[in-house]
Amino acid sequence: MLYFSLAKLLASPLASLMTVAVIGISIALPTASYVLLANAQTASSDWDANARISLYLNDLSSADADALLGQVQAQSGIAGVAYLSPDKALEEFREISGFGDALDALDNNPLPGVIVVEPQAGLSAERLQALADSLNRLDGVDLAQLDVEWVKRLHAILRIIRRSVTALAALLSLAVLLVVGNTIRLDILNRRAEIEVTKLIGATDGFIRRPFLYGGIWYGLLGGALALVLSGTTLLLLREPVAQLASLYGSAFRLRMFDWQLAVLVLGGGATLGWLGSWLAVGRHLKRIEPR
Amino acid sequence: MIRFDNVSKRYPGGQEALSSVSFHLTPGSMSFLTGHSGAGKSTLLKLIAAIERSSRGQVIVDGRNLGKLPKRQIPWLRRRMGIVFQDHHLLYDRSVFDNVSLPLIIAGYKPRDIGRRVRASLDKVGLLHKEKAMPVTLSGGEQQRVGIARAVVHRPAMLLADEPTGNLDPQLSHEIMQLFVQFNQVGVTVLIATHDIVLVKALRCPVLTLEQGRIAHSADNGR
Repeated sequence: MLYFSLAKLLASPLASLMTVAVIGISIALPTASYVLLANAQTASSDWDANARISLYLNDLSSADADALLGQVQAQSGIAGVAYLSPDKALEEFREISGFGDALDALDNNPLPGVIVVEPQAGLSAERLQALADSLNRLDGVDLAQLDVEWVKRLHAILRIIRRSVTALAALLSLAVLLVVGNTIRLDILNRRAEIEVTKLIGATDGFIRRPFLYGGIWYGLLGGALALVLSGTTLLLLREPVAQLASLYGSAFRLRMFDWQLAVLVLGGGATLGWLGSWLAVGRHLKRIEPR
Repeated sequence: MIRFDNVSKRYPGGQEALSSVSFHLTPGSMSFLTGHSGAGKSTLLKLIAAIERSSRGQVIVDGRNLGKLPKRQIPWLRRRMGIVFQDHHLLYDRSVFDNVSLPLIIAGYKPRDIGRRVRASLDKVGLLHKEKAMPVTLSGGEQQRVGIARAVVHRPAMLLADEPTGNLDPQLSHEIMQLFVQFNQVGVTVLIATHDIVLVKALRCPVLTLEQGRIAHSADNGR
C-alpha cells in the first residue's frame, strides 16, 4: 500500500514534483541556516577556548624581549607564549595588508613587538582579566589586551540569530503543513468518485484514509530529501569562501556539513509534517464524501 | 434476509419517496423490483445498502436493524452484499483485474487468494481474457459484466442490482439475467430493480411493483 501510494504520486509527476519542490525549499532554508549557525557557534567557542592576551611591548632590545618572555612564561595559568618581533610583525603586515609600498616610505618600523599569551583552557572570564592585569604590570609591557568583549557581543548576536532561525523553522513548518494539506485536499476531491465507490463496496474510513496519509508521508519524505540536497549544495558552495575567510584570520576553521543525525531529523521531520498535513486534510474532507 | 416494516422515506424538503413499504425477502430468494422511474426503486435499494436511512419504519437486513446500526458498522454490512450499478461505477484509472479485486483488498484477503478469486469471477462473466484491459476500452455490456464480477467476487450473501440492463440490447440483457439466475442457484439472495417488463416476465420470480412510493402490487409470478 505504501508502494502503491508512491506509484500514485509518480502517476502525475509534474504536480507531485512541484509540491515536493515547495516542501524541499521550505525545509532547506532553516536546515542550511541551522548548519551555518552551528558552525558559527563552533568557531566562536574555539575562539572562546583560546582567548588570547596580546602584550604590546615598549621599544625593547631583543635580549630584553627574551628576558620578558621568560618572565611571562613563569606566570601561572599560561599554556604557551609566542614572540612576534617588530621586524616579523612588519613582514606579516606587508604580506596581508597590501600596503607594501606605503610601508617602504616609512623611515623606521612603527610596529611594536608583541608577545601573544595563550592562557590555559577553561579559565573563567575573571581569571583571564586578573591574568591580563598582572601581565600589564610587568616592566616592558606597554599594554596587555584581553579580547573577550567582542566574543561576548558575538554570542549575543548568535543568540538573536538562533531565535530567528527557530522562528523561521516554525513558520516554514507551518507552510509545509499547509502545502501538504492543500495538495491532499485536491487529491481527495479529484478522487471523489473512487472514494464513493470504495465506500459503497464496504471500505472503512481507515482504509480510505490510508493511501492519503501515506501520500502525505511520501511528500514530506521526498521534500526532506530534496531539502538535504539543496542545503548540502548551498553549504558546499560556501565551503571555499569560508575557508578563505578563516585563513585570513589565521584560522584553520573549515565549514562543517550536516551530520547524519541532522539528516535523519530533516527526513523524519519532513515525513511527520507530511503525515500531519494530510491527516488534517483527510479529517476535514473525507467525511463530506458519502455515496449518493 | 431483507425485511421492510412500514418503511417511509422523506427527503429533506421533498415529497415522500417511499410510503409505508413492507415486504420480506427470504434467504436464497430472487426477486424483481419494478416501477416507473421516480417510483422509488433506487431509494429502496439505497435503504438496503444503508446509503440512506429510513424516516419511519424498520429496515432489517441480515438480522440487523439498520436504523440502529452505528455508522462505523456500515462497511461490514456492505461487505455482506454485492451491488451492481446501472452506470457500472468502475474506476477508470485501473485495469479490469484491479477493479474486480477491490472488494477483496478492502476485506484484507491474501494476494494469492485475490488472484484466484478474481480470475474465477471474471471467468464466470466470460471476461477472463480482458483482465489486463482498461475499462474504457470495453463495450457497455462488458463494463456491466466487470461490475457484476466485482459485485460477486467476495461471494456476498445478497446481490442488489439497480437497472443492471439499463443500456443494453435484449440479447445482452438476457445473458446478464442468466448470470443473476446462476448466482441465485448457489444460494445468493438476489434483488433486481428494473423497468424492463419483458425481462421480468421471462423469469418466474416474485415481483414487487412500486407506484409513487407504495407497493402497488406484489406478485409471485407463478413460482
